[in-house]
Amino acid sequence: MTDMSTVPWLTILGVIPLVGAFVVAFLPGSAENAKRVAVATSILTLVVGIVAATRFDTSSAAQFQLGEQKSWIPQLGVSYALGVDGIALVLILMSLVLTPICMLAAWHDVSESESGAQRVKTYFALLLVLETFMVGVFAATDVFLFYVFFEAMLIPVYFLIGNYGGPRRQYAAMKFLLFGLTGGLIMLVAVIALYLQGPGGADGFMMDKLTGLQFDPTTGRLLFVGFFLAFAIKAPMVPFHTWLPDAATESTPATATLLVGVLDKVGTFGMIRFCLQLFPEASAWATPVVIVLAVLAVLYGALLAIGQTDMMRLIAYTSVSHFGFIVLGIFAFTNIGGAGASLYMLNHGFSTAALFLFAGMFIYRRGSKRIPDYGGWQKVTPVLAGVFLAAGMSTLALPGLSNFVSEFLVLVGAFPTQPAAAVIGASGIIFAALYILLMYKRMATGPRPEGLSGVRDLSVREKVVAAPLVAFFLIIGFFPNLALDVINPAVDTSLSHVQSTVAVTPALAEGSTK
Amino acid sequence: MTTFQVANIDYIAILPLLIVFGTAVIGVLVEAFVGRERRHTIQATLAVAGLLAAFVAVIVATGHMGLTLGHVDTATDRHLFALSIDGPALFMQGALLLLSVLGVLTMAERLGGTGSDTFTPSGASTPGSQIEAVSARAGLITSEVFPLAMISVGGMMLFPTVNDLIGMFVALEVLSLPLYVLTGLARRRRLLSQEASLKYFLLGAFSSAFFLFGTALLYGYAGSVYFRDLSQAVSAGPISMNGLLVPGAFLVFVGLFFKIGAVPFHAWTPDAYQGAPTPVTGFMAACTKAAAFGAILRLAYTGLDTARWEWTNGLIVVAILTMVVGSVLAVTQTDMKRLLAYSAISHAGFILVGVIAFDQKGISSVLFYTVAYGFSTIAAFAIVGLVRQGGSEATHLSQWAGLGRNHPLVAGTFAFLLLAFAGIPLTSGFVAKYVVFSAAIGTGGATGTGLVIIGIVCSAITVFVYLRIIVLMYFSDAPDDTVAFVTPSAVTTFSIAIGTMVTLALGVLPAALLDLADRSSVFIR
Repeated sequence: MTDMSTVPWLTILGVIPLVGAFVVAFLPGSAENAKRVAVATSILTLVVGIVAATRFDTSSAAQFQLGEQKSWIPQLGVSYALGVDGIALVLILMSLVLTPICMLAAWHDVSESESGAQRVKTYFALLLVLETFMVGVFAATDVFLFYVFFEAMLIPVYFLIGNYGGPRRQYAAMKFLLFGLTGGLIMLVAVIALYLQGPGGADGFMMDKLTGLQFDPTTGRLLFVGFFLAFAIKAPMVPFHTWLPDAATESTPATATLLVGVLDKVGTFGMIRFCLQLFPEASAWATPVVIVLAVLAVLYGALLAIGQTDMMRLIAYTSVSHFGFIVLGIFAFTNIGGAGASLYMLNHGFSTAALFLFAGMFIYRRGSKRIPDYGGWQKVTPVLAGVFLAAGMSTLALPGLSNFVSEFLVLVGAFPTQPAAAVIGASGIIFAALYILLMYKRMATGPRPEGLSGVRDLSVREKVVAAPLVAFFLIIGFFPNLALDVINPAVDTSLSHVQSTVAVTPALAEGSTK
Repeated sequence: MTTFQVANIDYIAILPLLIVFGTAVIGVLVEAFVGRERRHTIQATLAVAGLLAAFVAVIVATGHMGLTLGHVDTATDRHLFALSIDGPALFMQGALLLLSVLGVLTMAERLGGTGSDTFTPSGASTPGSQIEAVSARAGLITSEVFPLAMISVGGMMLFPTVNDLIGMFVALEVLSLPLYVLTGLARRRRLLSQEASLKYFLLGAFSSAFFLFGTALLYGYAGSVYFRDLSQAVSAGPISMNGLLVPGAFLVFVGLFFKIGAVPFHAWTPDAYQGAPTPVTGFMAACTKAAAFGAILRLAYTGLDTARWEWTNGLIVVAILTMVVGSVLAVTQTDMKRLLAYSAISHAGFILVGVIAFDQKGISSVLFYTVAYGFSTIAAFAIVGLVRQGGSEATHLSQWAGLGRNHPLVAGTFAFLLLAFAGIPLTSGFVAKYVVFSAAIGTGGATGTGLVIIGIVCSAITVFVYLRIIVLMYFSDAPDDTVAFVTPSAVTTFSIAIGTMVTLALGVLPAALLDLADRSSVFIR
């Protein structure tokens, strides 16, 4: 059974970046050293994370492992409780891998000579604080604790966008925070009410105490709506997505990566973890609406992406489309669909990271986010154009690259229960080819532009950023079971709550994931 | 006829009150007999020492809970006690004393001068007059602010402790009168300060009259001013007498709502908060509110509890109005102190939601909220008082632009306090809102849930308000004549630091105080 290790691995994972953040923020001297400390801290966290992952028993990946539980605010029923199942573990590892990559990519985001060393240090410190919250939000097994991380992580992102972003950063940061907080506050009502519905007591907010409650249907549905709205704003789903393009385009590429690649996953992760598991009946009740919204997101995001001239905005809209796929997979209530959606979360994290960061490298060289300002860059920076194309190919789900597996699983998984949605959603793949290839064509192909003699191709630092991302596409593309074996049992557990209430025929639900 | 009965007095139980009032009296003597050059230091030290001693006495008094200062009328079996030393009373007293220590410390800030920096050298002189100039040259100081503050603190401590309507009225006046004076003593922008003082006094006098009239009506209804008698009279009394009960309860509540700045009795709040010397504003915002909520709790839970059906709907309307008006009007403010005043109004609305819960959770949530809010707000006003431009306080919002670039630590602290006001997790403001809202949902049924949803919407609005300030401080470029943060002496730094640390501590580890509030949530009557 579960290995009751005494080492609080997850707490350590959260504390290392937090301590690092303070060190980085208050380190005297130049910013160069602070940056090195920041990257070293995040790499150390990754190493510890990998060690912790080896302690994870994949044969019982459906259960919460590496668990810790301490009473925190007993009067309110709150525990400090951490633990990971397969999905959470994979998402935490994704965050830990992406953080150092983003930091390396963000090396020149804030100029020390222009704005002083302290601003640079604060930038990297905020990224580290964010890493702490990312670990916490995925690891929390207490609903209240999850809520705390869910809300608190808005603050560092708010400062990352508002302080270091583009010209309209104030507007974007405010919009981001107001959307996020509104969703969170709606959820807060549901969180309070959920506790009162549960058994109560000093650890009444623990997931296992709240799972399997029998609600009065109206109450259950209202609670579901409270949670779902918050996650839908976070994910973001159409029609709550309008903050995302602004936030993504106004922030630095590293912030955009962590925001879209990791933070927004909290929304879809929350749908699996909380909506499906705690409110199975209400989830089934809401499915028709959710599926329509998901398909709408797939098409609407893709169509808008085609029309963008700002590459950051374009990538943001591709994410809106991809989140549609993820939600479709989750609410298909089939094991294949759920596994596909969970794998999609992982893959999307990496492919979006690649697109944002490589786009950032273009922007650093050319000084413009506008796609028409480019053209012929595969002759100027062939390696950068190459990896950018690879990221694009993964995004449009080229077979052999990672996204193909997950997109395919989602569609196959959705077809038995939601055939119409699956068929319509599949057209999103065609649109994906359009927006990626059109962007690549406009930026990279054509005659070599004039006056760019000083522009260099990828530096060593940038190659270090690019290599793991591209490697990931290939590895998961060919060996998806590396991740699926960890994800599947947890997905099955979450879905079993819904499937026992909804009449999904076992034949459809079981199927083979291979 | 009636024989004289000796009142039972438990001196230990009322020791905190005696110490505070005693310190105030000694302060008056110090004012008369000690030389000008040493007076400020002695007065400030005396006040702080008195407050701390009283706090120790509060801890001792926890072993002496019960009714005191009165007797049991054996003939009628009535408990005629003036004071009720119970959990909520002692909790409030302790909280008020600690908050007052911070408040007095910020008032004592000299910034290198001979007297308190924010108080005028001669409060009685006409602004801009010859006398004012002369008294300033002569080095006069208004160190009487310390005894005044002590009398006010004494009244505040009495306010949630009293056991009858007359006592409550006396406490109300004792706490208010010194505040009217303190409000008018600002060193800079004196006309504004005196106007604020007059306005506060006039409206305060009105509200006192309301309270007194309500008391008379309730006496007419119950034949007694003691809360216990009132409560029994309501449960036994005929409905035909409701013509006295309902208006009486309404008017008494009006008097208390005035003190917490609940809409529609809030009109004085922005003006008084803006005009008063900033440390006094912080003191008022934190302590008056706490004391008045203590009194509201006592009245609502021990005096008029049995008449709840008559006034709950009114309270709900007031709570909704307070939350909505406070948060919406905060959006349009351009002056920092006025903005925080409207924020204080909205917070009063949130706390009222907890009052409506009507169970022990409601009481403990209100207790927790007032403490959490008090510490944050004193620290916030202390910072506001130190951000200056050209010698006077830079209270216009536009003057705060770019503060984060020039003074990262100050702006960071202020931003953190604003996040606490906004109720972001890991600050005391979040836990406070959480306990109040969960009490309302837990026992308030559909009404409670509806109130909480309105509260949530208003929270979202206030978040926008606070973020605007953060945006100004951090994301805007500083204008040419940048504002300066005057480096304060250790006393103000201490109170800012303590206020901020408590805000953080109650956000991260609130269990101890929640536990204390839970244990202190039983009234004795």
